[in-house]
Amino acid sequence: MSTTTSRAASGLGNFIDERVGAGKPVKYLARKLFPDHWSFMLGEVALYSFIILLLSGTFLTFFFVPSVGETTYNGAYTPLQGQRVSEAFASTVRMSFDVRGGLLMRQIHHWAALVFVAAIITHMFRVFFTGAFRKPRELNWVIGSLLAILALIEGFLGYSLPDDLLSGNGLRIAYAIVLAIPIVGSYVAFFLFGGQFPGEAFIPRIYTIHVLLLPAIFLALIGAHLLLVFLQKHTQYPGPGRTNKNVVGYPLFPVYTAKAGGFFFIVFGVIALMSAVLQINPVWAFNSYDPSPVSADAQPDWYMGFMDGAVRLMPGFFEFTLLGHTWSFNIVIPALIMPGILTVLLILYPWIEAKATGDKREHHLLDRPRNVPTRTGLGVMAITFYLLLLVSGGNDIFATHFDLSINDITNTLRVLVIVLPPLAFMVTKRICLGLQRKDREMVLHGRETGTIVRTETGEFFEVHQPLDPYARWRLVQHEEQAPMALPEVEDEHGVRRPGGFGARLGYRLSKFYFEDRVTPVSPAELEAAHHEHEHPAVEGHAAEPQAHAVTAGD
Amino acid sequence: MSTSDQHPTDVATVDGGEVARRFENPGLPDHRHRLTDIDAKAAKRAERQVAALFGLSALGTILTLVAYFSVKFEGNLTMDQHLSRVELSNILLGTGLFLALFGLGAGAIHWAKTLMPDEERIELRHPMRSSDEDRADALAILAEGAAESGFGRRPLIRNTLIGALALIPLPAIAFLRDSGPMPGTDLATTPWKAGDRLVRDVGRGTPIKASDVQIGSVVHVMPDGLQAPGEKMEERAKAAVLLMRLDPADLDPASKGGAYDGIVAYSKICTHMGCPVGLYEQQTHHLLCPCHQSTFDVTKNCAVIFGPAKRPLPQLPITVDEEGYLIAKDGFKEPVGPSYWERG
Amino acid sequence: MTALAARRRHPMASAVLVLLSLVVTGLVYALAVPSRASAATTDDVAAGRQLFLANCATCHNLDAQGRGNAPSLIGVGAAAVDFQVGTGRMPLPASGPQAPATGRKFTQDEIKKMAAYIASLGPGPAVPSADAVDPAKGNPARGGELFRTNCAMCHNFAANGGALTRGKYAPNLNNTTPTQIYEAMETGPQSMPVFSDTNIDPESKRDIIAWVRTIKTAPSPGGFALGGIGPVSEGLVGWVVGLAALIGCAVWLGAKSS
Repeated sequence: MSTTTSRAASGLGNFIDERVGAGKPVKYLARKLFPDHWSFMLGEVALYSFIILLLSGTFLTFFFVPSVGETTYNGAYTPLQGQRVSEAFASTVRMSFDVRGGLLMRQIHHWAALVFVAAIITHMFRVFFTGAFRKPRELNWVIGSLLAILALIEGFLGYSLPDDLLSGNGLRIAYAIVLAIPIVGSYVAFFLFGGQFPGEAFIPRIYTIHVLLLPAIFLALIGAHLLLVFLQKHTQYPGPGRTNKNVVGYPLFPVYTAKAGGFFFIVFGVIALMSAVLQINPVWAFNSYDPSPVSADAQPDWYMGFMDGAVRLMPGFFEFTLLGHTWSFNIVIPALIMPGILTVLLILYPWIEAKATGDKREHHLLDRPRNVPTRTGLGVMAITFYLLLLVSGGNDIFATHFDLSINDITNTLRVLVIVLPPLAFMVTKRICLGLQRKDREMVLHGRETGTIVRTETGEFFEVHQPLDPYARWRLVQHEEQAPMALPEVEDEHGVRRPGGFGARLGYRLSKFYFEDRVTPVSPAELEAAHHEHEHPAVEGHAAEPQAHAVTAGD
Repeated sequence: MSTSDQHPTDVATVDGGEVARRFENPGLPDHRHRLTDIDAKAAKRAERQVAALFGLSALGTILTLVAYFSVKFEGNLTMDQHLSRVELSNILLGTGLFLALFGLGAGAIHWAKTLMPDEERIELRHPMRSSDEDRADALAILAEGAAESGFGRRPLIRNTLIGALALIPLPAIAFLRDSGPMPGTDLATTPWKAGDRLVRDVGRGTPIKASDVQIGSVVHVMPDGLQAPGEKMEERAKAAVLLMRLDPADLDPASKGGAYDGIVAYSKICTHMGCPVGLYEQQTHHLLCPCHQSTFDVTKNCAVIFGPAKRPLPQLPITVDEEGYLIAKDGFKEPVGPSYWERG
Repeated sequence: MTALAARRRHPMASAVLVLLSLVVTGLVYALAVPSRASAATTDDVAAGRQLFLANCATCHNLDAQGRGNAPSLIGVGAAAVDFQVGTGRMPLPASGPQAPATGRKFTQDEIKKMAAYIASLGPGPAVPSADAVDPAKGNPARGGELFRTNCAMCHNFAANGGALTRGKYAPNLNNTTPTQIYEAMETGPQSMPVFSDTNIDPESKRDIIAWVRTIKTAPSPGGFALGGIGPVSEGLVGWVVGLAALIGCAVWLGAKSS
């Protein structure tokens, strides 16, 4: 740096520091360490998609007219020529065809929205499967869950704004869901929509919520989310030199500034490229919303697909009339109760698991998913359930593209959605336990080298290369978690202890989580294995020491 | 051969040879230098690569600007020409932006990976919990403040404050009252009434002669006056009707009451979630809803035979007027569309 | 004028008037109704009958009166034959939920002969004239309106097809010719309802054809249309292209430089 620029920089630095005291935070932040791993960038994909959404969305507001007032289309697209359409729809087509870059911005906004939700969900997978939600990060898990749910709502509102045929039918479904709420449904629906569906009030209302209210809540929650990451420092994967009491990584300045800053432009670039060559939501083909027509392949955007899929699976007999009122459980269960229960379970999960472990310590080292088979199994179970609902949400597309009967798909999914998730849980858990055993095998007997040696007595065996301490540490570092002891529910006089229920629940949960487990290799076991290795003929019986390390029920 | 000879030292031992229960963390492995750390030529090459990526970014920005100012949609263009221009513009602008953004990002990351220090550093963590001393101090301050305020000593203030705070959200709820009217009978009624002519639901909307409706055909219908899209959307949303003609022998007695010579009219609004149920299979006489696949059997008075809907589609009883045009014999006898609490 | 007025009460006047109106009606009808593509000769009918006996009679019965699931073909008209055989839906290769379009198995001349034979069995819709299906003469905007109300619920907003019950489907119209679109509306093949001229008049049918042609040939301004089947393919691409590419970049970012 030349002396003039460095003088100018120090002058600016001085100016700022004397006014806001920037020295201290800079000192703290610039050398703050971040561990490096690709999976830690998933949250950043979500964050950057959000920034892209803010930027492109602001551009769209310059041209979008949030009104369902009627107008006549008079633009370049002949199939719409002279059609009576809403202002919202007409302005969306106009910005696509008559504003340079307008179509690109629309497509960037829509692709970024799809990637935003996808990134949030993958980020949650990472946090879940590595146990990053454990103490002290439960609050950030809650904030993240709220962000995920808000993202679904924000996405749905944005999808509805252009007032096209596809989104209009989506809104009609949303209206029906509100109507189905017992007791207050019709009132809430009329207040939300300003009267009967579709009305003229709803599009302007959701516009304000979409561009002002929800983004503001997003910014506040994202701010809190990031603040907590800073305060609590980032988690890290286990490995040599990494402990629960340190952070190993690269400083924010310059390495992470370059990497994370650069990654923003990568995300923006990839979404720009997608928007350049992949068409999304061609509203001009749908035309303006009208309650009479409808199109085949009526679908919501993918993130609402699971709810739509659940609605499709529900048999009609869940609706009934009782006491002179209509109870539409065929709608309320899949569209409100099921997502509600999933949300509550999602938010409460850190505490559910904490109840099973009884662990009050802070955790900054991540789990390898195989080392916590029950949690990993539960996660895969939830994903399986979600995916089946998603498939159901696109059952008509699957029917036409795979030559299947839509009725067969629906009937099969009705069964699978109940049978497959528990199966996925069991299979995943077994796979995790198997992988742990493989790890043990690796630690005890080393890597297979492929070299076959013949002993003097004529026996053959394969030479195994023992692991170096660094490689071995990765496989033995985790703690074994055993189920807690059965609590004494009665005191010595046979009287039930107060709080016995909670203790027994914890015991049962703990048993469910940790009954089947594989113990990491201890130095003693390795020592013993080595002794056996001194007599190569015993190689074949090497599985023996592991047999007693694996508990019953396994 | 013995393999134990090769690593006798890395098993941690405690207290004179007793083998420990757990291994010990071996600590960070030695830092391995990158090619760019030891080879000046490699470093120079990396530097040039980063610069090339930044250069690419600048080119992308220029391409974007050139594309913006050179591809226009003005003038006398046919639709296909216009759309081709939009397509070209979209591809060029998007690709230009991609190069501009991706070049910048990839350059920065490549720079960080190859030329900035890659030796991992260690920072210590501290428990999130404050020290006991700080906690005690904080509690003392809070207790002192509470005492100073007299919150505990003056229950009158405390109770009125709580009461006032509990009341204050009420206006926020009350103010939403005028966001919509009361439902009244709006959900239970449709514009259809006896004598209304059935007209085609497109454009000008023409009335329908019964003799013109062939067996196997389907007509999308609105009451006269609601045929134009864009007008009275709330009424159209309830009034849409599907008219089909079947062989009268195929209809069951329940459907026949409202039928005219095999012509039947049913509400097109799904009793499940309100999508238009328009997919009529003329051979099976099934009506399918494209949103959630509820299937209704027209020969059985539109009873549900598959899917999440519960109730049959309501029938609009029809007849003909003296000129032979189809008219409603009566309005719908029950509310059309999705269920709601008061529907009963 | 006076001469005409004087003969107004002539006994023959009403007869002349009736005759005149009949002639006018006939002329107007002849002009208004799509003319047959070409007049069928008796030779065609005979040759068509031979083809019918050899290829169709097994199912449709010797005199086309139908048998079992095979419907009677009396009165279905030449348009139905031209559509069913021209798209290769007939002869039916195998039984299934519905007859798929497997490509034409006969020459246009053979189809014409079979059509002539079937048309000779009873009056039915004829093959439309080239003029009646000329997309250039239709109004695509009006056609779009008609399409959305009458067709989109099955064939999808961009005529890319959709699912019906139990494995049946409404096909996409990517390779359907204007004549076939017209014939399908007139005859209502398989699950499709009939859209007779009294419901959608010939002019409107031509508008619909014009719309289908317009959207099928128009450039896709936003890039690849991803099948034009709505959000399902878009969501899939969002994951397998968008998110996967970004994860790829993140892996590169996190990997140590050599």
